[in-house]
Amino acid sequence: MEPFGKTLWPSPARDTEFRAKAPGREPMNKIFETPLYAYDRSPDQDTATPVRHKVIVVGAGPVGLSAAIDLAQQGVEVVVLDDNDKVSFGSRAICFSQRTLDIADRLGCGKPMAESGVQWEAGKVFFDDRKVYEFDLLPEKGFANPAFVNLQQYHLENILVDRVRALQAEGAPIEIRGRNKVEAIGTHDDHVKLEVETPEGPYNVEADWLIACDGAHSPTRRMLGLDFDGRVFEDNFLIADVVMEADFPTERWFWFDPPFNRGQSALLHKQPDNVWRIDLQLGWDIDKEREKRPENVIPRLKAMLGEDVVFELEWVSIYTFQCRRMERFRYGRVLFAGDSAHQVSPFGARGANSGIQDTDNLCWKLKLVIDGQAPELLLDSYSRERVQAADENIQNSTRSTDFITPKSEMSRLMRDAVLDLSEHYEFARPLVNSGRLSTPCTYEGSSLSSADALSGPDLTCPGAACPDAPLGDEFLLSKLAGKFTLLTIDADAPDRIEEDGVEATRLALSIKDDLTLELKRRYLGDATSAVYLIRPDQHVAARRDNFEENAFRQAMRRATGKE
Amino acid sequence: MADLILTPNFDSADDFYAQLLASHEGLGKDESDALNARLILVLANHIGDAEVLSQALKTATLPGD
Repeated sequence: MEPFGKTLWPSPARDTEFRAKAPGREPMNKIFETPLYAYDRSPDQDTATPVRHKVIVVGAGPVGLSAAIDLAQQGVEVVVLDDNDKVSFGSRAICFSQRTLDIADRLGCGKPMAESGVQWEAGKVFFDDRKVYEFDLLPEKGFANPAFVNLQQYHLENILVDRVRALQAEGAPIEIRGRNKVEAIGTHDDHVKLEVETPEGPYNVEADWLIACDGAHSPTRRMLGLDFDGRVFEDNFLIADVVMEADFPTERWFWFDPPFNRGQSALLHKQPDNVWRIDLQLGWDIDKEREKRPENVIPRLKAMLGEDVVFELEWVSIYTFQCRRMERFRYGRVLFAGDSAHQVSPFGARGANSGIQDTDNLCWKLKLVIDGQAPELLLDSYSRERVQAADENIQNSTRSTDFITPKSEMSRLMRDAVLDLSEHYEFARPLVNSGRLSTPCTYEGSSLSSADALSGPDLTCPGAACPDAPLGDEFLLSKLAGKFTLLTIDADAPDRIEEDGVEATRLALSIKDDLTLELKRRYLGDATSAVYLIRPDQHVAARRDNFEENAFRQAMRRATGKE
Repeated sequence: MADLILTPNFDSADDFYAQLLASHEGLGKDESDALNARLILVLANHIGDAEVLSQALKTATLPGD
């Protein structure tokens, strides 16, 4: 069985991994070998009756740690249980989107991620032996964060654990327990009871709420006997982390049917520390054990990179993937987030990114429910909204997969026609699908949103994640974090309103100060004034052209599950 | 909402048909298939309108298929 929470993406089976000795890279191997949250006996293990915690998170991967940090920052007591005690081995989830960086900013981790990650915005697409086109993600200006950074999952886990330590130093109620493996779960109306195995034997512990972030093979899901349905793709991918001094540009390179991997696809992406990530499609009918051996991997890589390129193999894994989700992400007091709830193909960086976005959606709701300021029903909106996001991710990544690995003669014919045309004509390029990169889901039709009452841009309609905008030397999103905000643009409103215990504070802006006009373009469009009610997760709950008290009070009730 | 044109609309139907056949002349089955695939994409982009394209796809499925 796989360790908790370390299987975000691409969830390879452990037995197909190859660990290189990687001589001369001691610092890197040290990351993998030093326990980051070593087992330490907890007083909970010595009590006669189980200790009850507010929230227990199962799994210390990026999703579990993000959830725990988010809750602890809001003062919610949280314990993370993980059956391992180290960062995950191999790069795994490497590509983090702007939305994830925006969330990480709120969690106090955005800066180290952006600083240590490799920023990229350009890519090349190859077909057969030729380059068919180059693309630029054309990053619009006026965002605090880049479109994407590449960062090995183990680096992200390190950054998150550092943040946990910093919170602990400030006295925040957060704890990680390494080598604490959940063996049994008992669900009750108002709490969850766990049996946890440790190196010193088992103990029982309880929580008001349990968040299962224990990966695609989620033991929590299995122990509760819950469904996980979807489509299995009959294909194998070999992924390798290669250490090399190479002057390939910092771009995403994708090959369809290249000479070095005939009939299949390949992907090359740069990561920090001169580690390059290579994904090679292998097809279905292969001998996994044979394919992962260095003597078989290295010739493939040489054919791809060139005979003269000197490289070292750090990690090799073979994986197959599935696109599937749970029917619901909430079962009473148990909430599922990340790969435990939904799995997608890796094309598009929609695994870890969507998992972190799950926690962003969940934690403010859980905080309100725990504080008695919102009904438990609010948590069902977590399930509905993130099921919608999962379906969007599954649809996108399934379409990418169908393009990358055609399943019939006709789909291959059409795919090749698109690629051949794309070399000569711009019109065909939008059809090329080597992965539609992760963008945040707009919660269309959400029960938390109020009807749109502004003739403003679609970009910021109710349900949408707020796009960033420059405010002089600062940026908008950092001012919207973690609370309800009444954003007024050239409109009056009270400095704060309180509705049934929940407060919204005003952020007053004017387009007179909007030198780049991005605020106007993203939030006003043709309107001359606007008032937005923005949720703690920076999604729009309601908007109209002026502050109408009753409308906004009702919008706050809706946004907290009371209407 | 745009409608798919299902009445004769060619400037010169016979000329188009002759050109279509001529463009396949001398091609093997695979090359012809690829040409047809590219032609579909070129025409589809020219149409652009999602509703018309959707009607076209339905129309290409003959009644009784």
